[in-house]
Amino acid sequence: MKEQFPALIVTVPLLSSFIVSISGWVRRSLCFYITLSVLILINIFSFSILNQVICSGVIQYRLGGWEPPWGIAYHIDHLNALMLCVISVVSLLNLISTKKAVERDMEEKRGAFYTLYALMITGLLGITITGDAFNLYVLLEIASLTGYGLIAIGEDRAVLSSLNYLYMGTIGACFYLLGIGYLYIVTGSLNMVDISHILPSLYNSKAVMVAFVICMVGLWIKMALFPLHGWLPNAYTHAYASSSSLIAPLMTKVMVYVMLRVMFSIFTPDYIFRYINPGRMIVWLSISAIFFGAVMALSQKNIKRMFTFIIVSEIGYMVGGAWIGNRVALTGCIFHMVNDALMTLGAFLFLGILSHNNIDETFDGIKGLTKRMPFTMGAFILCALSFIGVPPTSGFFSKWYLLLGAMDAGYYGFMLALIVSSLINVILFFRIIEAAYFYGHDASEIREAELFELVPLFMVVAIILIVGLLNAELVQYIIDPAIPKMII
Amino acid sequence: MNGIVSIRPLLAILVSLCITPLLASSRNSNIREAWTFFAATLKFLIVVSMLPVILRGKDISFTVVHIMPGLSISLRVDALGMIFAIVSSSLWIITSAYSIGYMRGLKEHSQTRYFCFFALAMSATIGVAFSANLITMYMFYEMLSFATYPLVTHHQDEEARISGRKYLAYIVGGSIGLVLPAMLICYGTVGSLDFVPGGLLPPETTRGMAIVLLLFFLFGFAKVAIMPFHAWLPAAMVAPTPVSALLHAVAVVKVGAFCIIRVITQVLGKEILSLHNLNLLICLIASITILVGSLIALSQDEFKRRLAFSTISQLSYIVLGVALLNPKAFIGASCHIAMHAFGKITLFFCAGNVFVATGIKHISKMRGIGKRMPITMLAFFIGSLSVIGLPPTGGFFSKWYLLLGTINVHSDIFLAVLLISSLLNAAYFLPIVYDAFFCPEEESQFEGGIKEAPLWCLIPTVLCALGSIGLFFFPEIFLKLSKIALNLIGL
Amino acid sequence: MFEHIIPKYNYWIYITLMMIGLYAMISKNNLIKKIIGMNIFQTAIILFYVSMGAKRGATIPIIEHSQGHGIIDVTRYINPLPHVLMLTAIVVSVATLGVALALAVKVYKRYGTLEEDEILKKIKEE
Repeated sequence: MKEQFPALIVTVPLLSSFIVSISGWVRRSLCFYITLSVLILINIFSFSILNQVICSGVIQYRLGGWEPPWGIAYHIDHLNALMLCVISVVSLLNLISTKKAVERDMEEKRGAFYTLYALMITGLLGITITGDAFNLYVLLEIASLTGYGLIAIGEDRAVLSSLNYLYMGTIGACFYLLGIGYLYIVTGSLNMVDISHILPSLYNSKAVMVAFVICMVGLWIKMALFPLHGWLPNAYTHAYASSSSLIAPLMTKVMVYVMLRVMFSIFTPDYIFRYINPGRMIVWLSISAIFFGAVMALSQKNIKRMFTFIIVSEIGYMVGGAWIGNRVALTGCIFHMVNDALMTLGAFLFLGILSHNNIDETFDGIKGLTKRMPFTMGAFILCALSFIGVPPTSGFFSKWYLLLGAMDAGYYGFMLALIVSSLINVILFFRIIEAAYFYGHDASEIREAELFELVPLFMVVAIILIVGLLNAELVQYIIDPAIPKMII
Repeated sequence: MNGIVSIRPLLAILVSLCITPLLASSRNSNIREAWTFFAATLKFLIVVSMLPVILRGKDISFTVVHIMPGLSISLRVDALGMIFAIVSSSLWIITSAYSIGYMRGLKEHSQTRYFCFFALAMSATIGVAFSANLITMYMFYEMLSFATYPLVTHHQDEEARISGRKYLAYIVGGSIGLVLPAMLICYGTVGSLDFVPGGLLPPETTRGMAIVLLLFFLFGFAKVAIMPFHAWLPAAMVAPTPVSALLHAVAVVKVGAFCIIRVITQVLGKEILSLHNLNLLICLIASITILVGSLIALSQDEFKRRLAFSTISQLSYIVLGVALLNPKAFIGASCHIAMHAFGKITLFFCAGNVFVATGIKHISKMRGIGKRMPITMLAFFIGSLSVIGLPPTGGFFSKWYLLLGTINVHSDIFLAVLLISSLLNAAYFLPIVYDAFFCPEEESQFEGGIKEAPLWCLIPTVLCALGSIGLFFFPEIFLKLSKIALNLIGL
Repeated sequence: MFEHIIPKYNYWIYITLMMIGLYAMISKNNLIKKIIGMNIFQTAIILFYVSMGAKRGATIPIIEHSQGHGIIDVTRYINPLPHVLMLTAIVVSVATLGVALALAVKVYKRYGTLEEDEILKKIKEE
C-alpha cells in the first residue's frame, strides 16, 4: 500500500473534490469535514513518503506501470518530499483556521470554496511530485485556475485583480509550455531525468538556451519575481482572508521549487552554472527584488498589502540564493522556502483572525490589540521575529545560510540587501506592534480569537521554533541530499 | 581547561522562562509576586551551587543543541560568567521586592505583563552570562532586547513610544546591522564561533580585518552604550524605576559590557589586539565616553538622566580596563561589574524612592529632602561613594585595581582619564547629598517630619547600600573569581 | 539568410501569431479583446507543438489491422505525441477561457462596462 502513496497523494484530493462538489449541493456542512479528512490523509501520505525517501533514497514511481519516456514517471527525491510535507501541513492548518470565517463570509458558496481548495491542493501536490515536464504544465494550470477562482470569490476589486492575475499567470504558464516544446523538439522526450541525460550532447544548441530562458521567464512571472510581480499585490490583497492564506504561503514557493527542479533535473547544474552561467545577472535582479519589496512595503498603509510586498522581497531571497550557485546558498534557499511558507501562513492567519473579528487591516484599526487579543498578538510577534531573523526562530538560520553562501561566493551586494532588508523588516513589524501596543482602543467588543483560529496559529509558531532549533537535522538529512552532488 | 558537564546552567536559564506562564495565569497579585520570588531565589541558588566548581578552576559546560556545522547553542559557566550571573541573579531578588513596593505604591497598570517580561529578561541575562560561543550569546542578546522593550515602554504613552523606537533602533539596528556581519566574517574565516582563551581569530588576521571586526563588535553591541551609540540609554529612563535600576544599571548594560569583554579577550584576543595596537584604539574610544559622559552628567537636572549618563561613563571604565590588556586592570574591570552594579542600583532605588514618596524627578527640586527622607539620602550617599570609588565602599577596590593597571602599562593618559572622571563623579553626586542634608532651613522645600518611601521600597535600598559597604570588607569572592578568569582568558 | 526563413515558415507564422496575441493582451482596452488575445497566444503555442510532429510525406498515425503485426516503419507516420499533448493543452486553454469569461461577466455586472480605463476610473472614484 505504501508504494502507491505517490499516486494516491494526487488522486485522492482530485476525486474528493467531486465528492465535495456534490455534497455542496446536498448537504453543505459536510464539505468541511470531507476536505479535512482528505487533508489529514494527505499529511499521512506525504510524511510517509518523506520517511521512505530518507530511509531508502529516491523513489521512482511509474504511473500505470509504463516505463519512461513513454509513460509518466514520478521521481521523488528529498526536495520533492520536503515540499510535499510543507504543502500538506500548511493547507491543513489553514483549513482548520478558516472554518468559521468561511462559514460566515461564503455561506452559500461553501461547496464551491472547498472544491476549489481540494483541487488547488491536487494541483500543488501534483506539481511537486511529478517527474514529467508536460505533466507539470497541466498540474500547474490546475493549481493556477483554481487559484484564480479562489481569489475571485472575494469582494468587488477581487474579480478584476483575479482577471489580471489570470492574464499574467497564463502568459507565464504558456512560456513554460513553449520552453518545454523547444526541449521536446531537440530531445524527443518529456521525462525530466531523460532530458537531462540527452541534453549534455546538445549544450551548444541555441534551441536549448532559448528553452532555458523562456522557461525561466515563465516561472519568474508565476513566482512574482521583480519586475514581473505586478499581479501579486492586488490579487492577494483583495481576496478573502481564507483564500489568500492558502495561496500566499504556497503558490509562489511551489514555483520556486519548480524553478529549482527545472534548474537541476532538466537542465543540469553543469549547464546552468558552467556553460551559460547567468548567475551574476540574476542575483542582481533578486537584489533589486529585495530592495523593491522592502521599500514598497514601507509605504503601505494597509497591513495585508504590506505583507504581499514582503512576499515579493522574500522571493528575491530565494531566487538569489538559488542562483549564487554554491551549496550553502542553496541550502539557504531551500530552507527559506520551508520557512517562508510557515511565516507567511502565520502572518496571513493573523490577518484572517483580524478580518474575522471585523478589525480593519490598517494601522488605525489594530490600535490597542495587545490588550484585547494578547495570545494572537503574542503568536504574531513570534512570527514577526522569524521574519526579522532572530534566533532561535527558523528565519534566522535560513538567513544565516544565505548570508554565508553569498559571502563565500563574493556576492557582497546580496549580503547587504539581506541585512538592510532585515532592518527594514524590524521597522515594518514594529510599526504593527507599536500600533497594537501603544494606543488604547475604545470598542470593547473584540474578544480573543476563537480556539479554532488560535490553535493553528500557535502550531505554526511552534513549528517555526522547532524547525529553528532542529535545523541541523533538517539540513543534514533532508536538504543536503536534495542538492545535486556536483554543486560545491 | 577541564570541566564537567552539567545541565545546571540550562536550568538556571530555564527557571524564569518556565515561571512565566505561571506568572501570567496567577489569580491574584500576591501569588504572582510569590512566584517571582520563588523563581528569583531558585535561580540564585542554582547559580551559587555551581560556585564551588568554578572556584576550583574548572568550568561547567552543556551543549543544548547543534544547529549548524561547527555551531551549537551551548553554555559554559566560567569565572567571568559567574561574576555576572551572581550579581544579576542576586539583584533580581532585591529588585523584585523593590518592584512590589514601587508598582503598588504608584498603582501601575499591567503589572502582570511587567513581571512576566522581567522574568524573561532575567532568563536572557543569565543566558548571556553562560554562553559558550558567539551565536548563543547573540541569541540571548536579541532575546534580551525584545524582552526589555515592553518594560522600557511600560507606560505606553507618546514619550514611551518614541523612546521605544530609539531603543530598538540603536540596539536591534546595531545587532543585526553590525554584529551579524561580524559574526559571519568570523565564521567564514575560522569555521567556528566558540570563545577561545587568547582569541578565536588566528594571529595571521590582517590589520584591516581586525579593525573592521573590532569596530563592528564594539558599536554593534550597542548595549554597552559607547559613544556615539549611547542615546538609547537616557531615552530608556522613561521606564519605571525598577526597570531602570535592574536593567539599565545591572542587566542590560552589563550584558553589553560583558559581550565586549568576551569579544576583546576571547574572540579577537590579546595577541591580535596588541600586534596591531588596536587596544589603544579601544582605550581611546572608551576614554572619550568616560569623560564626555561625566561632563554631560554634570549638566543634567533630571535625576534619572544624570544617573544614566553616569552609567554610560562607568561602563566604559569596564571597557577601558579590559582593553588595557593588563592583569590588574582586568581584575579591576571584572570587579567593577559587581561593585558598580550594587552602587548604581542603590542610586536608582533612591531615585525611585524619591519619586514614589514625593513625585519629584528633578534634582533642583530636591533641596532639603534629607530631612524628609534621611534613610534614602544616606543610602544615596553610600551608593555615590561606591561609584566615585572611595572607601568604605566596594567601588574603591575596582577603581584601585583599574588605577594600578594604568600605572602598570605606564600610561599616564589613561591614569589621568580615570582620576579626572572620579573627580567629575564626585562633582555631580556629592552636591546632591550636600543640598539634601545641609541646606539652610529657609531654602528647604520640604516641611519637617520623616515621610519615607514604602517599606517594600526602603528595605531593598538599604540592603543594596549595605551590600556596597559589605563588598569593601568582603570582596574576596569577586577578587578570586576575577583572578581565575585571568587564567582562562590568557592575560 | 533565406534558409532560415523559408523552410521554417511554420515557426515564423506561429511566432507572429504569438506576438499578435501578446499585443492584444497588453494594448487593447476591452476585456474581451484581451481574453481573445490570450486565447490567440495559447493557440499559437498549440499550433507550434502540432507542427513539431509533421513529417514530409507521412500519413496519419493510425495502424490498420490488415497490415498485420509486422514491423511498423515509424517514419511513415507523423508523430502522434504532440497531438495528444495538445489535446490536453486545448482543454486547459478552453478552461482558462471559460474562467476568464466568467470573471469578465462578473466584472461587467459590477462595473457596467468592459473597457478597462473606465473600470479603473470607477474604482478610483469609489
